[in-house]
Amino acid sequence: MNDDVQRLPISVTVNGDERVLEVAVHHTLLDVLRDDLALTGSKECCLVGECGACTVILDGRTVDACLVLAVEADGTSLTTIEGLASEGRLSPLQAAFLDHGGVQCGFCIPGQVVSAHALLQDNPHPTRADVDEGIAGNLCRCGCYEQIAEAILRTAEASGR
Amino acid sequence: MRAFSYERPETLADALALLAANGRDARPLVGGTDLIIRLRDGTARPRIVVDLKRIPELRPGIETTTDLLTIGATTAMTDIAAHALVRQRFLALAEAAAVVGSVQIRNRASLGGNICNASPAADTATPLLIYEAVVIVAGPGGTRRIPIRDFFIRSGETALRPEDLALSIELPIPGHRTGSVHLRRTRRRGHDLASVTMSCLVDDRGITRLAFGSVGPRPILVEETTGVLADPGATDGAKAALLETIFSSATPSQGSMRASPEYRLAMLRVLGRRAVAIAIDRLAQP
Repeated sequence: MNDDVQRLPISVTVNGDERVLEVAVHHTLLDVLRDDLALTGSKECCLVGECGACTVILDGRTVDACLVLAVEADGTSLTTIEGLASEGRLSPLQAAFLDHGGVQCGFCIPGQVVSAHALLQDNPHPTRADVDEGIAGNLCRCGCYEQIAEAILRTAEASGR
Repeated sequence: MRAFSYERPETLADALALLAANGRDARPLVGGTDLIIRLRDGTARPRIVVDLKRIPELRPGIETTTDLLTIGATTAMTDIAAHALVRQRFLALAEAAAVVGSVQIRNRASLGGNICNASPAADTATPLLIYEAVVIVAGPGGTRRIPIRDFFIRSGETALRPEDLALSIELPIPGHRTGSVHLRRTRRRGHDLASVTMSCLVDDRGITRLAFGSVGPRPILVEETTGVLADPGATDGAKAALLETIFSSATPSQGSMRASPEYRLAMLRVLGRRAVAIAIDRLAQP
C-alpha cells in the first residue's frame, strides 16, 4: 500500500538546524515534527485548528502545524517549543509561565508559550487586550487564562524595552 | 489522512493545465485552513492537491492605483488587516480580516480561499459586497471578471468552474466619502465562526449598502437609496421599517448547531441597527 504514497524531499531549518528529509505528501507538519523529527513538544489535539496545541512559528508567524502539510514547509524556517530554551535554561517567558502558575496539566502550554513568544516579538509591550487576542487561538482546559496572561504581561514588563 | 498526490506548479499556465486535466479530482491549496481539515475528515477526497504558493503570478500582495486597490487572492488575512490603505478606505474589510479564526489561522488563511470556499458565514464576503469588489478569474478560456454580487451561488459553490482559479480581488476606491463597518455575532469572544455577519457602508450621497451572511445559503447585498437609513436625523422607527424590508430576504437554516433561526433573525436586526449607526458616525468623522 505504501507504494501508492508519494514522498518528496524537503529542506527546513528547525530551531536553527538545517534538516533535509523525505516526507509523505499527505503528512502534516505536525506529523513530521513529532514522528520523523521526534520533536514531541508540539501537541496533537483537535486537528482542526481550534485549540492551538500544535502552534509553531513558520517564517516568523505562528501557524497550527496540524493545518500545514509538511511539504509546504519546504524552504522555510521553523521555531518549535523545543527552540525557546537555550543551553538547558528556560527562556524568561517560559520561567514566567511557571512562576505565575500558568502551567497546570501542561498539555496546552507548548502552544501557549509559542503564541506568547511570537506576540512579544511583534509587540514587546502588549496591552491585556493584545494578550487576549494574541492567545485566542490557544485553548486551556484547566482555565489558566488569567495566570497565562499575567505571565506574558510580566515578561514584557521585565524585558524593559 | 487519506493519501493524495501533490503538485506544486511554478507557472499559472501549469496550474490551469493541472486543473483542466483533473477537474473535480484536483483541489487548489493556498492557506489550507479549510482544505486540510476536509482532507482529514474525508469531506474532500481529491486525487491531486495543487499548491499555488510557488506561482509568481499568484504571489500575495496588495497593489494600489489612484482608483483601484487590488488584493492578490493568496494574500493572508493578517496582511489585509494590517494594510494602511485597506484600513483607510476599506475599513470593514480590514475589520473582517482581523476576526477570521485566530492569529494562527489569519497568518495562513487567504482572501481567495475564504471566498472560494463560499461559506455563508465567511467574514470577508460581506465587506467585499458593500465595496462592490470584482474577482479576477483565470480559466482555460482566458481571464474574466466576476462582480462579487454574482460570485456566491450557495454554500460551498461559487461562479467558478473546477478548472478556474481566482487571481485577485479588485476594490474600486470610492469617489465619494464613505463610512463603513463590519460586525459579527459569535458564541464566544475570540475564535469562532460567525452566527451572523454584517457589513454596512454609507456615503455622502445618502446611499446605504448592507450585506449580511450566515442567514441563508449565500451572503446577501441590499442597496438602500432613499437616504433615510444614512440620515443621522431619521427616526429609529423609519429606519426599523426599512431594515425589516431589507432583512426579509434572510432565510436562516433550521439545522445549524451555532444558533437557532430565531436567534439569528433577532441578531440580524440588532447588528443592522448598530452597523448603520457606526457607519454614519464614521462618515461624519473628518
